[in-house]
Amino acid sequence: MTPELFLTRHNHLIDPSVHVWAWQIPVYLFLGGWVAGNMLLTGYFMLGGRHTRRSPLLSALPGLSLALLSLGMLALFLDLEHKRYVWRLYTTFQWTSPMSWGSWILLLVYPVLVLTWLVRPPIVLEDLSQTVERISTVLQGRRDIVRAIGITSMVLGVALGVYTGILLSSLGARPLWNSGALGVLFLASGVSAAAAFGHLVTHSPDERALTVRIDNVVLASELGILGLFLLGLLAGSAPQVEAARLFLGGPYTAPFWVFVIGLGIVIPLIIQLLAARHWIQHTPIAPIMVMAGGLVLRWVIVSAGQFSHWAHGAMRMH
Amino acid sequence: MARYGMAIDTRLCVGCMDCVVACKTENRVPEGFNRDWIAYETAGAFPTLHQEIRSERCNHCDNPPCVTCCPTGASHVDEFGALVQITHDECIGCKACLASCPYDARFVHPEGYADKCTFCVHRVREGLEPACVSVCPTLCFTFGDLDDPDSAISRKLASRKAHPLLPAAGTQPRILYLD
Repeated sequence: MTPELFLTRHNHLIDPSVHVWAWQIPVYLFLGGWVAGNMLLTGYFMLGGRHTRRSPLLSALPGLSLALLSLGMLALFLDLEHKRYVWRLYTTFQWTSPMSWGSWILLLVYPVLVLTWLVRPPIVLEDLSQTVERISTVLQGRRDIVRAIGITSMVLGVALGVYTGILLSSLGARPLWNSGALGVLFLASGVSAAAAFGHLVTHSPDERALTVRIDNVVLASELGILGLFLLGLLAGSAPQVEAARLFLGGPYTAPFWVFVIGLGIVIPLIIQLLAARHWIQHTPIAPIMVMAGGLVLRWVIVSAGQFSHWAHGAMRMH
Repeated sequence: MARYGMAIDTRLCVGCMDCVVACKTENRVPEGFNRDWIAYETAGAFPTLHQEIRSERCNHCDNPPCVTCCPTGASHVDEFGALVQITHDECIGCKACLASCPYDARFVHPEGYADKCTFCVHRVREGLEPACVSVCPTLCFTFGDLDDPDSAISRKLASRKAHPLLPAAGTQPRILYLD
């Protein structure tokens, strides 16, 4: 028989199940992951020498990332309950806290994004400022510096993308999040969102073909990582098995399988595979589905994770 | 340095909630929130049922995940009694500690900072017992230094079987329930 647990407590945000994080955190994790993907793409472009010619994506992604990251940090700020003490994040470094790591990584990301932007700034920016044009010309002539910026961008991109997942997986009290796969999953999802966005906006056929190829590989990998994530939970402790069941017949089954797996990964992957083989035309539908799927993935993981708990086998009442 | 803990006799606790009222009064816990509460756990199948009544609160764990995950150091293990405490003006209200606690012992105070049981540290510093301990009509609580083999709590734990909550969570709670 399942034990029955009755608690006289009914604390706000805690009972009947923890719901401390609402829309702000999934939005922040999605935007952070997307920026991480953008940094990996731009770093890859620079190492591949694309900065020596006009590259719509290389010119657009760093500036866009600055805006997206700022929006993400705004969402994070809105989630804080003690907002006037936010500066406390930057008066210390707590090495055991992924959130502390993340706040410092975010601070490092900004100057790297600015440097990346200056390597191949948009024409509009060059026209506006001669200084920008001069810096850009100097940077483009220094292959070693561009290479260093590209590598830094990729390393920080990986750190940022993985951190968005580790932030959750380090919180051991929520069995669903207790998996190192989340770091890799959110990084892959971020790269996928970045590639999908590139596919969506670029006018260059060469860049479109490249981003579709990258997205297809990453989407297929995401399916594998999600499979391993579920298998890991099912092979884990009783609370983790119960957490996995949230997606296997439990209350999060429909959003997970329909919106994350079906509409967010499998269907756009099929569409993009057909487009890559020139059997159908490229349309904005698939990349939009991929990006929406990335956001829903974060929402489902954050929400279901809070629903999972350690009081295994107990029917909780308040 | 002392390492304070609590032993709670589940054979004596009747769930009268005096400890809950005493805590709210002593610590001016805002309306609608609780630093401690009563849990009634019923197991088995009728007619062979077993019920355990427990007074629960922050377990002041030896391996506190709330301290590990705190990005500012607001949640910390205090030098006094090795108690897990929160510095209010260092807390940014990120709620990671709430999500990290397997006992769901924390909440966000209406003023914005994370809040929870302090073991009435202001009373313990003056040589008094925590408010919940001092009012219990069945004397089910024993509070004291777990590192002192002659303390009442150490002697009680040596003489009776006891269990922590959710031992598999790996937090090493310092509240033990006497069977």
